[in-house]
Amino acid sequence: MLKENEIQVGDTHSAVLVEDLKRTQIVQYAGASGDYNPLHTDEIFTTQIAGYPSVFAHGMLSMGLTGTMLTDYVGDGALKKYGVRFTNQVWPGDTLTGKTTIIEIREEDGGKVIDLMIETTNQNDVAVITGNATAKIES
Amino acid sequence: MAIDKFLVEASHIMMFARSVGDANPIYHDAEYAEGTELGGIIAPPTFAQSSAQFDPNYFLRPKVGGDGWFGSGKEATGAKPSKESGDSGGGAAMGLHAEQHFEYHMTLKAGDILTATTKPGNSWEKESKRAGKLKFSESVTEYRNQDGELVITATGVGVQTERAVDS
Repeated sequence: MLKENEIQVGDTHSAVLVEDLKRTQIVQYAGASGDYNPLHTDEIFTTQIAGYPSVFAHGMLSMGLTGTMLTDYVGDGALKKYGVRFTNQVWPGDTLTGKTTIIEIREEDGGKVIDLMIETTNQNDVAVITGNATAKIES
Repeated sequence: MAIDKFLVEASHIMMFARSVGDANPIYHDAEYAEGTELGGIIAPPTFAQSSAQFDPNYFLRPKVGGDGWFGSGKEATGAKPSKESGDSGGGAAMGLHAEQHFEYHMTLKAGDILTATTKPGNSWEKESKRAGKLKFSESVTEYRNQDGELVITATGVGVQTERAVDS
């Protein structure tokens, strides 16, 4: 867990979440999450029936990858809230970078917390996820 | 959607963590996890989404025998999915996931047994240049543990698009 005297508003943390996203990782996420929507794993259905240029990642895979960056920063079991908006699709071959910024340090339920802003972008600097989180810190 | 029994198991957590690129030992190494303040293996923040595995009627999973599955086989598509068969808030067949929010009331741990109940939230419409008319609908799922305590509140927003989204 982050310590109050070691952080300040404006601090950022970023990490490369995935480089050259493989279709197989999308399949791996489908299997683990149980979401087998063919839009994510079935190239034939997705291109010929649904009309997309290729399969694309589950939004929840991008949120999960971004969550890895987030918990690496705030620590295990520290999150109180984590929410995102899926702003663009993530395609096989994409490289994603996640970034989070402390926007406020405050008290909640008798403890110290931080509010964080989150943005995950692709290799073209286009945001694929924007969001926010609240995490407990040590005072 | 209602799920009577969502068994939170260490091996499932391990597979889920791998799929989201998370090598943190607290998700797969029991010995390490027991030595931490949390006292055991915990679930990654988006793990509750895999409750779909425990929804007997989850419509984005081929049923045993494959009846009604709409992905490709000999043809580019099979049957259309039936809309009656439940929706876990992530969007329907041609629908997409627009937003997802989690509120953590307690740390979700391996060994927990959850129940989940979902209620519809707000719904609204919007015009978009990239995909035509958009129909948004919200669903709120409460996950409670074996002691009846609220562990996670998950709010999903799904969107039905008029056509495939232009990239």
